[in-house]
Amino acid sequence: MSYLQKSPWLIHYDASGCNGCDIEVLACLTPVYDVERFGILNIGNPKQADIFVVTGPVNEQSKAVIERIYNQMPSPKIVVAVGACACSGGIFRECYNVSGGVDKVIPVDVFVPGCAARPQSIIDGIITGLEVLDEKYKQLKDERKRRKVERANG
Amino acid sequence: MLMNTLIILIVIPFLAAVALLLLRQYVVRKWLVLISTAVLCAAAVYLLAAQILAGASYYTLEMEAVNRLMIGAEVFLAAYILILGTRKRQYWAAILIIIQTGLMLYFDFTYRYGAAPARHLFVDQFSVIMALVIGVTGSLICVYAVDYMKEYHHLHPEVQDRLPFFFFTMFVLLSAMFGVVFANNLRWLYFFWEITTVCSFWLIGYTRTEEAVLKAFRALKMNLLGGLAFAVAIVYIFIRANVTNLDQLTALDKTVAMIPALLIVLAGMIKSAQFPFASWLLGAIAAPAPVSALLQSSTMVKAGVYIIIRLAPVLNGAIAGLLIALVGAVTFLIASCIAISQLDARRVLAYSTIASLGLIITCGACGAQETVWAALFLIIFHAVSVLVLVLCTGLVEHHFGGCGIETMEGLVVNMPRIATMMMIGMAGMFLAPFGMLISKWAALEGLIRINPFLAVFIAYGSAATLFFWTKWMGKLITVKAKREGFAANVSFLERMPLIVLTVLVVGSCFFFPWVSEYLVEPYLMSTYGSSMNMSTGSILILFIMMGLLLLLPLIVLFYKNPDYVEAYMGGANVAQEDQFLGSYGCPRDLVLKNYYLESYFGESKLFDAGVVSCTCLILVMLGVGFL
Amino acid sequence: MKTVLTIVLFIVAAPLAGGLMAGLDRKAGAWMQSRVGPPLLQPFYDVAKLFSKQNIAVHKSQKYYVLCFLVFVILSGALFVAGQDLLLVIFALTLADVFLILGAYSVRSPYSYVGAERELVQMMAYEPMVIITAIGMYMVTKSFSVADIAAFEQNLFVKLPGIFIGLLFVLTGKLRKSPFDLSMSHHAHQEIVGGVLTEFSGAELAMVKIAYWYQNVFLLGLVCLFFASAFWLGVGAVMLTFFLEVFIDNNSARLTWQFTLASSWIAAAVLGMGNLVVLIFI
Repeated sequence: MSYLQKSPWLIHYDASGCNGCDIEVLACLTPVYDVERFGILNIGNPKQADIFVVTGPVNEQSKAVIERIYNQMPSPKIVVAVGACACSGGIFRECYNVSGGVDKVIPVDVFVPGCAARPQSIIDGIITGLEVLDEKYKQLKDERKRRKVERANG
Repeated sequence: MLMNTLIILIVIPFLAAVALLLLRQYVVRKWLVLISTAVLCAAAVYLLAAQILAGASYYTLEMEAVNRLMIGAEVFLAAYILILGTRKRQYWAAILIIIQTGLMLYFDFTYRYGAAPARHLFVDQFSVIMALVIGVTGSLICVYAVDYMKEYHHLHPEVQDRLPFFFFTMFVLLSAMFGVVFANNLRWLYFFWEITTVCSFWLIGYTRTEEAVLKAFRALKMNLLGGLAFAVAIVYIFIRANVTNLDQLTALDKTVAMIPALLIVLAGMIKSAQFPFASWLLGAIAAPAPVSALLQSSTMVKAGVYIIIRLAPVLNGAIAGLLIALVGAVTFLIASCIAISQLDARRVLAYSTIASLGLIITCGACGAQETVWAALFLIIFHAVSVLVLVLCTGLVEHHFGGCGIETMEGLVVNMPRIATMMMIGMAGMFLAPFGMLISKWAALEGLIRINPFLAVFIAYGSAATLFFWTKWMGKLITVKAKREGFAANVSFLERMPLIVLTVLVVGSCFFFPWVSEYLVEPYLMSTYGSSMNMSTGSILILFIMMGLLLLLPLIVLFYKNPDYVEAYMGGANVAQEDQFLGSYGCPRDLVLKNYYLESYFGESKLFDAGVVSCTCLILVMLGVGFL
Repeated sequence: MKTVLTIVLFIVAAPLAGGLMAGLDRKAGAWMQSRVGPPLLQPFYDVAKLFSKQNIAVHKSQKYYVLCFLVFVILSGALFVAGQDLLLVIFALTLADVFLILGAYSVRSPYSYVGAERELVQMMAYEPMVIITAIGMYMVTKSFSVADIAAFEQNLFVKLPGIFIGLLFVLTGKLRKSPFDLSMSHHAHQEIVGGVLTEFSGAELAMVKIAYWYQNVFLLGLVCLFFASAFWLGVGAVMLTFFLEVFIDNNSARLTWQFTLASSWIAAAVLGMGNLVVLIFI
């Protein structure tokens, strides 16, 4: 197990919609759920985050922002889509300005269902994501090693 | 031979000045300036080599013609100022010059011939330090000015090209400065002192705009007031104790020497632009960069602190001395605070100079060997560092546009070499392990031993210093896209002095222990009977810090290139790096500005506070001295 | 030789102690909010993780400033434990802080820029009090050397209570605790995001964190200097100070820079100068 799993820092972004899931994400920080038990910090800054938590459906306004925040995060990184809207567009799916779930814009690693998603399931989703994060770190290390060998071989 | 060197140092710049006035071609001027620079530097270095192990030497120059020439020059200048002052309705200047010239003429013809033979010139380690500072930095400014002033007239066609006169004045000022630091006879000292005043008047008013003329007259009036105090001091001490020489004055009993010393110190404080007389230096910065460089770094203001340090033994332990130190400390604090609120780089520099001079005066007026040690080093380090900054600001003004601090954003990308030099210059002004901090450190330790409250002023002032320098540094090093098509063609004659000076800023931190051992400590030894030196441990630590500062950039050169990601702007970045997506969906420019804390450190409030408090302190000081 | 050993010990042990303190800080904070909180070793996990992240930067030059920050913080701490001149130690620390601020300025990012400005205000706020502390210590012990001050047989606190309280006052800012945590925030959703640290990530951020550990150990060492004559008293005072700062941090909201600056300068003037006046007259 790498240290990535012991200290996941996350940034959350509300793509649009009713804000309900976003409130539930914040609820995870309260003493009742206390995600800091797992070393999770809501760091709110892509440059320092490992996990991108997105709630709400993607619309024309938020599309570019989601892309940019994702690109500003250093790898290894994972994306967790929280709530029905973030997973698929949910109730807003057919709106003229909504493109659908987060996976339309960036690759999503964990889908957390629910409307609104409950704090327990959000925490569960993030902890599940940690496995993916670790997997990605291994891939990244292999990749670095391979490049090194390639460079050594000219 | 030594006497000849002194005379060479005084006369050569004057001859160069006359030649520059008469020969008007650019090429001739360039070579004249370069040759006289070489001669001056060589003479100053020779003086260093010859004087390094010797004590103070005094020389008598019995040539009545020289005295007559001086009187003639004084009368001529007095008439000039009288006529100009009356024509421009600056009656105070006229009145002041009449009184002091009258007083001096009266003194000359009534008393002087009955005086004991004067020892006109002298040289000791302190004079050598000053000569080096004036010789090296002063002449480098003149080299810089050759091309800079050509550009200046190109960029300011409205200003009449009077360059021969400009260079004449610059070199006369240098000559007079050498005179000030070598003169032992007070009457001679006074003569050179007045010459510096008139030269600064000419230089500040060089552009002849209405504003410049007003500022020049302001400087003239204030410095003439100082000159008057000086003249009164000369007459007083002669009548009271039959003394005409500086060395006799400092050797006198304190009760007798106090009043003339205070008057001369007052003249020194005016020359060093302390509150309440700070406004003349602030007026001077509107003049072209070489002028403000010359006035701020090696000449003029340094004449003021020079004379105060010379008189330090008289002030040591006296209440009046403490009050002078307090004026310096208050000036240091208030000027540093005001500098925070200034947007114009030249004003920031002017205020920082005023503050540094205040610190030097505080150290000098305490008159103990540790603080005088600090004061001497402050003079050296300040002259070099501030010069780099003033000259670089001049170049930035010409090539990059304006000298507002905000406009200098991204200088490191556009003019990397100039920006680096400025960074080193600024580091030299306030950061460990550079010069000013070394001396500030010594000053703090010395002041705490003498009077902890003075040190508290320094503590507050240093905090303010830290603020305004760091935010300016931050502006310079901000990495942003290079201006399109930007190319600065800085000429060799402009760049060369800057490179030399930057090397000096860094180098002086390495060789200051030797300067201390061979120049400063012997001077303190002969003046105070004891000396002070920094512990080798501390010097070693400073060297280690310096070494790290020079090494760490090399390490970073070997860093792997990172993956570049644009700055975080809440996800509202657009493709253009210095823009973001505004709330109306259209791109807007990203504008970043420094804090100026106007409501706390605004000039309008603090300047008056400085003037009032320092005026009160000076009045009390004079009162205490005279009673 | 002993000095070299002390310095080596400091370089090795200070980050361990600093990291533990940071862990304790978070744990204690959690208790005060009736949470379980992270494991005690969490800060070490964080730093270890940061070193494994991708190497990203806005510009390469920012790495230089961070490296200088770390090196000079360690240097100032090393000078302190080596018993060098206290003022020199303070100046070295100032140099280090200036490097961090320059790093924040160099990236042209709005959040780190505002963080840099506020960090500068904070430095300006605490600098006078720190120097006054050195002045007070000199007045009692007649020496600037940390070694001499530590070896002084009397308890400095008895003579310098005002300066001690003044130092505690500005220490809140220096340890980056509320209400004076002007320039950065521990948690998201604050107006300045990460403040000066916004644009630092991965290994650089880890270096900054380690530098803070060194710095905190050194700052608490400064507190300990007041009680140096009795070692255990000193340790107690340090622990008490630390928990007091954590307590204040958890019980207060961030104040404006105006208030921070004014109150710190006034505290330095009243408590610091007042103490100096009393020292002169007794």
